[in-house]
Formats: sequence, structure tokens, C-alpha cells
Amino acid sequence: MSATDTIQTSEAREPRFGFWRRSYAMLVKEFIQLRRDRVSFAMIIMLPVMQLTLFGYAINTTPRNLPTAVLTQEDSDLGRSILKAMQNTAYFRFVREVHTVAEFDELLQSGKVLFGVEIPRGFERAVRRGDRPALLVAADATDPVASGSALGALGPLVQTALAHDLHIGDPPEMPFEIRAHARYNPAAESRLNIVPGLVGTILTMTMLIFTALSVTREIERGTMESLLSMPIKPVEVMFGKIIPYVIVGFIQAALIIGIGVLLFGVPIFGSLILLALLTTLFITTNLSIGYTFSTIVQNQLQAMQLSMMFFLPSILLSGFMFPFAGMPVWAQYIGEGLPLTHFVRIVRAIMLKGAAMENLRYDTIALACLMLFAMTVAVTRFRRTLD
Amino acid sequence: MNGATHHERSSASGLAIDARGLTKSFGGREVVHDLSMQVKRGSIYGFLGPNGSGKTTTIRILCGLLTPDSGEGTCLGYDIRRDADKIKRKVGYMTQRFSLYQDLSVRENLEFVARLYGLPDARRAASEMIARIGLKGREEQLAGELSGGWKQRLALGACTLPNPQLLLLDEPTAGVDPKARRDFWNEIHALAAEGLTVLVSTHYMDEAERCHEIAYIAYGHLLAHGTVDEVIAGSKLSTYTVTGEDFNGLMAELSGKAGVDMVAPFGTSLHVSGRDKSALDAAVAPYRSDAKWHWRPSEPSLEDVFIDLMGRSKDNFQG
Repeated sequence: MSATDTIQTSEAREPRFGFWRRSYAMLVKEFIQLRRDRVSFAMIIMLPVMQLTLFGYAINTTPRNLPTAVLTQEDSDLGRSILKAMQNTAYFRFVREVHTVAEFDELLQSGKVLFGVEIPRGFERAVRRGDRPALLVAADATDPVASGSALGALGPLVQTALAHDLHIGDPPEMPFEIRAHARYNPAAESRLNIVPGLVGTILTMTMLIFTALSVTREIERGTMESLLSMPIKPVEVMFGKIIPYVIVGFIQAALIIGIGVLLFGVPIFGSLILLALLTTLFITTNLSIGYTFSTIVQNQLQAMQLSMMFFLPSILLSGFMFPFAGMPVWAQYIGEGLPLTHFVRIVRAIMLKGAAMENLRYDTIALACLMLFAMTVAVTRFRRTLD
Repeated sequence: MNGATHHERSSASGLAIDARGLTKSFGGREVVHDLSMQVKRGSIYGFLGPNGSGKTTTIRILCGLLTPDSGEGTCLGYDIRRDADKIKRKVGYMTQRFSLYQDLSVRENLEFVARLYGLPDARRAASEMIARIGLKGREEQLAGELSGGWKQRLALGACTLPNPQLLLLDEPTAGVDPKARRDFWNEIHALAAEGLTVLVSTHYMDEAERCHEIAYIAYGHLLAHGTVDEVIAGSKLSTYTVTGEDFNGLMAELSGKAGVDMVAPFGTSLHVSGRDKSALDAAVAPYRSDAKWHWRPSEPSLEDVFIDLMGRSKDNFQG
């Protein structure tokens, strides 16, 4: 009897580094399960690749080869050079050459062309005289995004081409006027805006779902009963379930950014290390939120639904799809509560503007706060009994 | 030993489980009612009762998976309400439904448990357990692909791996073939011989008879407890074993007769039991003279006792 007494008192002590050991046990288990789940594993690779190529090419506010008509009222070298220069920008594709204003108007009105270029009579002579004649560029404004960037790119492109072609020197200003109010905008290429935003969007979706299912899966498979009967604490379960996916998320992020750079030519002006660090923070924040969902819902279907409910506003209110500043104030408040909002700012700033840590302090702290909040909710929500 | 008995009873450490007045309801339905039980250290304690009688709920309360609505108790000297974490470190719980990871191999499951409990060398602990439970050669097989008997064995291995002092086994042999069941029980006796306390719930009478002590629970009430002999003696049931031909007519005539509480066929014989011996004798007297049958007074079987207890408890708690 005394033997069991001593055993009881000596063994009641907790083994050393218990927290790390138990978290590690959970982590290894999750990794093995992930490795064995081939479908999920394939999705980790395929999902970002598919989405990025699909959206990267599909969501394009800078359309190419816009059908364009030309109204030539004089046949001159200068006129031909301008047209050639325009065609070389790849924005315009000349589909029709007309000779009357009526024909020109009809084409635009019927939507057969989106652009029309008119070279007026006596254009070349006026240019040589230095009169700065007008080159009329008419745009179908029903899709302002499409026409806007084409118009914007027109002036300098034509000027460069002309300087090259005609050897008329490098005049301080254009020898003719392009009659269209187009703002000069060198960053009009939409993929530069879209690809960094896509990094965050894809990560939100995949990370959220990975952990949103993690606790409900244990409950549905009946393994939760065993797990709860073992001496593991809610924080340890959480870390064990989140950490493997941080690594998965990091690989995904590297994949998406890699494709963005290689396939879409998106630059990374800022520090790659800073980008990696803040991306990891963003990944962990999303995993924490997903994990929180899984401690709230009762089954995997609810987990999916809740993830979708979170995902949609993330896309629409984060500034990824629509300019953040253009949203009403209440929507902006919601947006500030979404991790994607902060990450879209961070990733665009680092990749496109070369921002450093001191520019990103607010968004970094916001992400960290959201993460800690989610983790706290998850740990308190985690049910330690089957009651 | 005799001198120690008194000390054992009075000292809390002599009892692995000491629960008093446990009550638990789900959605207004009382699943466990005012249940008290004491389990001696180093003994095998059988927990019997029909489906839905509250066995699983009681076991879950004991290992900290459920909080009792009222009542208190200690498990290995730890309070079941406050020290759940300490209890979990010392108690191995084998769930009724296989609850290890189906997509993890035998070895990975055991290593997971070993790491969770902080065993110094998880890999070696797993290897030793694989050898002990006879799963050598299957260690890389996924747990979900094992047959029922092997799963059971793996589950037992997993819950004994961290060297617990108390095992709670919830219907561990349900759906397992007789050979695997016998091996399983030999293993349980070997573990008890090493000083482990085992609480095991079961439906099988032969398994009940392998326990040092048993308790019978129905509709959340503990109806009887003690050794098998004590429970049978405590039932105050008188039984006749009838052999002969054509029981069907006899069964129909005896059932419901005053003094006859239970008539149950056992293969080639019939058990006729009653709680009041003189009333039973009076009831069966007319049939004893019939040469077709041979009447012999006998001990009631454990099953007779349980079926009687169940019948009585139904009258008391369901009526």
C-alpha cells in the first residue's frame, strides 16, 4: 500500500517542458494526417496556381486589342506612323478604315469598335508648321476602366514612337494635340494591383478552411473523446493544429508570389524578408480565425459556411476589389476588422512601393491584434469536457 | 493482510475510485442518479447494465470528461471536479467507439500518445507497446485498416502506454471474437497483477465472472454491487432448473403466475425463479409431479439475477 502512496505523490508532478512536448505531439500528428490526406495536399499546390492564373488573367482592367476604327482624311507619312505607333502599343487593334464621319460615328455607336482615331485633313502640314493640330481620339466610354488606361497610355507611346520613326527630334512638347482628357498614369496596369491582392485573398480562403475544419473533424471522427481524456490543454491543441499550416501557408504564399513575379512580371520593390515575415503573420492570423470558427461550430458543414461568410466581405470590403477610400465609412470600419484589408495594404506597399517596416506599423499591429483576439476566443471557447 | 484491511478501508489511498452521490442529467433526463461506488486499488471492477443505463456517463464523469451536476468523488485520491488534469495524467480511458486516429499508423498513434504524456523516448515506448500487444509486423498499418480485434488491442495499448494507475474500459470487447476476448481478458488480469486498477463495463456475463467485484446499474441507479457470489446471494432469488421435453407449454403456463418472477430457457433447460421461495414452491408444485420434466433446485445464474434486477428496476423507475 505504501508503494502506491509514494508513486502517487512522485508521479503527480508534471513532466518538464510539458507544454512544448504536448504541442509538439499534436503538431507531429497533424503533419502526418496532412501528408496522408492526398486531396488536401494536392489542393495546397493546385488551388493557388489555378486561382492566380485564372484571376490574374481574367480580372484585367487593362484590356488589350481594343477594336478601333480609323478615319483618315489625308494620306500622309505622319498619319501612317501615328497609326502604326498606336497599333504597336497593343492596346488598339485597327479593324476598319473609314473615310466619312458618318461611317465613323456608326461604328462607335453600334459598338463594333471601342475606339476611333481621326486624322484630319492637312494634319501633317499643320504639324510641320508647328500649329499643334488636334488628333481626335474618340472612346466608347461605356467601359471607362477599359478605355481610360488605353487613353492614358496613348500620348507618351505615340510621342516616343514618332520621335523614333520620323526623326523630328525630341520636341519639348507634342507636335500635335491628342484631343481626349486622359490622365497620365504609368501604373495603370491592373495586374500589378491585382496579383498582390490575390496573394492575400487566396491565403485567406485556404488558411481559413484548413483550421476551420480541424476541431470539428476530431469531433465528427470521434477522436475528440480520446484527445480530451489525455492531459492536453486548449492552447497546446491550438498551437499543434496551427503551426503545421503556417508552414503550408508559407509555401503557398511563396508559390503565389513566385508565379506573380515570373508569370505576371509583378515587381517586388521592398524587402523580401519583410514581406515573408508579414505574410507569415497574416497566415497565422487567418489560421487563428479559422481555428476559432472550428471551436464555435458543431460540424464541418457549419465550419465551411462560416468560413464563406467571412471570406466574402474579406474580398469585397478589403480594398482588394474596390478602392477602400471609396467605401462608406461604416463599411470601412468593417474592413478595418478584416485581416485581408491590412494585408492588401502591406503587400501592395512592399511589392509596388518598396515600403519599409516604419510605413507599415499600423497594419502590422492591427494584424497582430486580430490574431491575439482570435486565439483568446478560441482558447476560451474550446470545450474541455463533453458536457 | 488482515491487519491491512481496516487501514485500506479507512484510508482514501486504498480506493482507486471513491464516488458518492453522482448525478448527471442531459436535457432534463437524469442519466445517472445518486450513484456511489468504491473501487479498491489493484482490483478488476466490472460495470454491468443494459444499454443506456448510464455506464458510459459514469465513466466519463470519473475521468473528468463530464462534470457531475451533483455529488463528489475522488479518482486516485484526486478530486474529480477540481483535479481533472491530474486525473487525466494517471488514468487510461478506452472509449466505447474506437477513437484513435484512423489515418495514423499503429506506431504513429502510439508515438502521439507517448509524446503527449511526455514519455522520455516516444519511439522506444511505442516499439515496446507494439511488441507487448502483439502488433509486431503491423506497426506501419493504418489504424483504420485494422480488424476489430486488433483495433481493440491497439486502443488498450494506447491507454496503458503512459503507465496509468487506473484503466477505464468502456465495453472494450463489444464485437470482438471469443479468442480475442479471452486474450484481452488475460491481458487485463496481467495488468491488474502489476497493480493496476481496472474498471471495465461489459454486457457479457462470462466477463462479469472474471471480475473481482461487479456493480449492476440500470436507469442510472446502482442496483447491486459486490463479488459475483455476493450479488447472487444478495438477490434472494430461488431457482429451479427444469430439464425434459416441450418447455414451450410450460413456459406459457408459468409466466405471470404468482410466485414465479422469471422463466428463461437456457438451451436444453429452463430456469424458473422467484424472489419468495415458498410462493415459488407453491406455484410450481402442480408441475413437479409431471414425469415429462425433471426439477432440480439450483443456484440462480448471474444473468438470472441481472434480468430480475432489470425487471424490478423497470417497475420502480419507469412505471
